[in-house]
Amino acid sequence: MIYNIPYIAVAALIMIGLYAILFKRNLIKIVIGITILESGVNLFLITLGYRKNAVAPIYTNLPEGTSIPEGMTLPVPQALTLTSIVIGVAVLALMLAISIQIYKKYRTLDVAKIRRLKG
Amino acid sequence: MNIATHSPALIIAIPLLGAFLTPLIGKLGRRVRDAFVLIILILTSIIGIILAQQVYSEGVVEYVFGGSSPSINSSTTSSIPIVRIIFEIDGMSIFMAMISLLLAFFAALYSISFVKDENGSDRYYTLLLLLLVGMLGMELTGDMFNFFVFIEIASISASALIAFSVDRGESLEAAIKYLAISSIGALFLLFAIGLLYGQYDALNMAMIANSLSNTYIDKIALILLIGSLAMKSGIAPMHMWMPDAYGEAPSSVTFAIIAATQASLYGLIRVCFTIYGKAFDMQAIAGVLVALAFASIFIGATMTLIQSSLTRAIAYAAVAEMGYILLGIGTALFLGVEAHGAVALKGGIFHIFNDALDMGLLFLAAGSIIYATKERNMNNLGGLARRMRFTTIFFLIGLLAASGMPPMNGFASKILIYESTYTLNPILAIIAILSSILMLAIFVRIFYSVFLGPENPNLKDIKEVPKPMLISMACISLIIILLGIFPSLVVDSIVNPAVHALSNVDAYIGSILGGV
Repeated sequence: MIYNIPYIAVAALIMIGLYAILFKRNLIKIVIGITILESGVNLFLITLGYRKNAVAPIYTNLPEGTSIPEGMTLPVPQALTLTSIVIGVAVLALMLAISIQIYKKYRTLDVAKIRRLKG
Repeated sequence: MNIATHSPALIIAIPLLGAFLTPLIGKLGRRVRDAFVLIILILTSIIGIILAQQVYSEGVVEYVFGGSSPSINSSTTSSIPIVRIIFEIDGMSIFMAMISLLLAFFAALYSISFVKDENGSDRYYTLLLLLLVGMLGMELTGDMFNFFVFIEIASISASALIAFSVDRGESLEAAIKYLAISSIGALFLLFAIGLLYGQYDALNMAMIANSLSNTYIDKIALILLIGSLAMKSGIAPMHMWMPDAYGEAPSSVTFAIIAATQASLYGLIRVCFTIYGKAFDMQAIAGVLVALAFASIFIGATMTLIQSSLTRAIAYAAVAEMGYILLGIGTALFLGVEAHGAVALKGGIFHIFNDALDMGLLFLAAGSIIYATKERNMNNLGGLARRMRFTTIFFLIGLLAASGMPPMNGFASKILIYESTYTLNPILAIIAILSSILMLAIFVRIFYSVFLGPENPNLKDIKEVPKPMLISMACISLIIILLGIFPSLVVDSIVNPAVHALSNVDAYIGSILGGV
């Protein structure tokens, strides 16, 4: 049971993120929702790579008697998560930049009022 | 160094280097920079052709970034798997890459005049080249996570390009919609990749395809993959970003984004045929895809009817065209590629090429009208045929091709789709044909209200657009007519290898796992 807690957290984060994206009307809150969703996915990747009682995958820093690679957590998901975080920062920056410009043009961040494009 | 062996790396590296050199070269002057961008694109295309020759003569080409052997075996430890990224290029990948290169080149050629007077056109070309990098990476990679990285590169640069004219609120609105939809889609894609990785300890598409064992989690991953990629390809009912983004972006950007959308569709095809095609019974998924295709065709065709904005109307027609491609692919998946499905797949894949050219030409012609008149609303346009003769002819060619009239290329691929859909269910084929006729009627109305009719007094002194724009439209028109009269030119040389690559999953898997 205790090992399932990260997965429960993943599900909770994704649900909170989706809730914010779908039901919030403020553009900044929607951006926050996307970021929470991204954290959920990143946590999922990290959790996949965990092994019970394993150490960090650094060859030069292994404690005595650790078997390679069974005694280490998986390095691949950590690499994936790092890449995904970097991409997430880029997306976040661009979204916020566009939000600022939208606020300058529309004088509002309410997505129900930012609706010049329809039909 | 042998260019041929390293072409899969160079085809990504050259535009990537060019993208970041462009602002520097831009200091030397506008003409130097334009020439530099075109040279970079020509170089990339030459490498694309070298790569294509390799694929067509030797079969699947693979290129390994990282360790040459899949694991380290030393005496002290057990075998340690090595992280490495493999590019795997078969007929389908190179087919899509050639479309992307063609569209990116003509988009850049058209942009020379189109964005001449805009601020920040250095960064415009940087983003355009980055978009090309993203598309090519998506199409050539054989690694799921790498696919995710390139999809994000493509969507970040595409949404920055959509927002290029920041002084218009509408383009910002379209850009944030596109970016939000893309990033949510990409995150669910990443989640699905995580699900697959957790089960099979592999990120390589061929390795996942080989070890899929039809578990419950595989099905969840399949649904997430298809949902997110269909959302990125603008399939109804997830199409709402498409008219906004296509309609509000500068037309040369729309032209390039069509290729990015099709790269996402390529991902969908790859998932359905290569990764899941072997282990799964795809009948139910195929039924869903055909239903979504009809929803796209219907929504696209009817919504075109009520638009007053020229680019937005064409954008809804583009939704319908994506529906036709998906119809071909869904039918192929339903009937099975060994049986009647091969014709449907051939039609669908050929239509990817034709859709890019037809819709692209319409957008470029619409962009020329916006460039000349600064007006998007069709009600304020009229009588343009007197002032813009060449644009009128190109628009006419584009609309005939997009609505599938013989002798244009749109007909050549749509007839294959109709034919194969008829074997699935005659009623479906009839609906598809009727929608195509409806599109023709709508386009004729658009053509009349924009180019014919009484001349608008405000548009007395407009001029024909500059030469680079006309040249790029003329080249595309020429390709459209050539392909319409001699479709076998393309079908035999590049479409058939793509169909063969998709139906022959074992060759794709074997080229990676066979050598291990």
